[in-house]
Amino acid sequence: MAGKNIIEITDGTFEQDVLQAEMPVLVDFWAPWCGPCRAIAPVIDELAGEYGVKLKVAKCNVDDNPKTPSRYGIRAIPTLIIFKDGNVSEQITGAVAKSQIAAAIDKAIG
Amino acid sequence: MNMSDVYDTIIIGGGPAGLTAGLYAARARMNAILIERMGFGGQLLTYEKVDNYPGFPEGVSAFGLGELISAQALRFGLQTRSSEVVGLGVDGPVRTVQLTDGVLSCKTIVVASGASPNKLGAKGETEYTGRGVSYCAVCDAPFFRDQDVAVVGGGDTAIEEAIYLTKFVKRVYVVHRRDRLRATQVIQEKAAQNPKISFVLNTVVPEIQGGPQGVGSLVLQDVQSGKTSQLEVDGVFVFVGIHPNTQYVPGEIEMDAQGFIRTDQEMATSVGGIFAAGDVRAKELRQIVTAVGDGATAAFNAGRYIEARFH
Repeated sequence: MAGKNIIEITDGTFEQDVLQAEMPVLVDFWAPWCGPCRAIAPVIDELAGEYGVKLKVAKCNVDDNPKTPSRYGIRAIPTLIIFKDGNVSEQITGAVAKSQIAAAIDKAIG
Repeated sequence: MNMSDVYDTIIIGGGPAGLTAGLYAARARMNAILIERMGFGGQLLTYEKVDNYPGFPEGVSAFGLGELISAQALRFGLQTRSSEVVGLGVDGPVRTVQLTDGVLSCKTIVVASGASPNKLGAKGETEYTGRGVSYCAVCDAPFFRDQDVAVVGGGDTAIEEAIYLTKFVKRVYVVHRRDRLRATQVIQEKAAQNPKISFVLNTVVPEIQGGPQGVGSLVLQDVQSGKTSQLEVDGVFVFVGIHPNTQYVPGEIEMDAQGFIRTDQEMATSVGGIFAAGDVRAKELRQIVTAVGDGATAAFNAGRYIEARFH
């Protein structure tokens, strides 16, 4: 599912790939059964390309990795969380326009 | 301006109405482009199964139907662009569509940007969105396995989604403000036979309460007596109607009080050369089957408008 600038993360790799990352990380929590998740996938791909080295972009399949979404109280998908220095910086629930996601990223990377 | 840079028609929205307009425009060899801000399919993306679209006797996957309609339009060469429309210029013979990343010119426009689910307006709703408040049962039902949830609403969507939720949850309380449901009879009958569904009628939800874990209960209010009570649930799914996605549509194009676009039976709006199709229109029956009819009619009449004005 992940485009070329996007990494797949799991419950096992979340700590290292996201919380200990040196740059802000946008994590897209999704599942194959979720239509709106598939709808925003191309938007996430575009954003990953546009922000390049300023932002790490990751996808977490909540079907295969239930622990991480549960840890952050996620009970709706798609949920996008931008982590910065191991903490939640911005959070967006549901499929929203690209401009709204970009605004959240800009705020997080400041 | 060089007229070769001017599209015959720009279709706004990639749901069933817009994609069908695109199919008809492409087959008529019009220079057409469809603008979509997310993936194709529109509101189909949030449903599981469609049982009332002709040609599929056993029903069809909603997401799959969206993919089929888009593949069909693309097969005939419809151009598409992933972007968001922020404004329209509808004066003069050449119209403009303003995007977040550019401006396009065209002779006609088909507005098919659809509708989005309404919020309930309850206290706590925004706070708990994504933490127990949901607007998409197909997306979020698996997070509520063996739990108790409420559905607010009494129309087709509310009752169909309540039935869908029973595959996952322990109990579904359908909370509706009127004394009877609005849903199609066959859907109501199916819900009445489902032992996991209970109905709480004549009742509104002024507040959603919870804690760090998310939603914990709803405050219910009886619309006749005004008395309030508490209903313990782990989640609440809101299906209380839709509002049109017409924020970018200028006032010259006539809309009703809620912002749905008024058209005649040819899908023509109050401004010549501007057409509307699908759920964004002011009309009674908002279904996939009526949306695709609107889309075909709008594209056909956009073609006729061009014939009359530009040739």
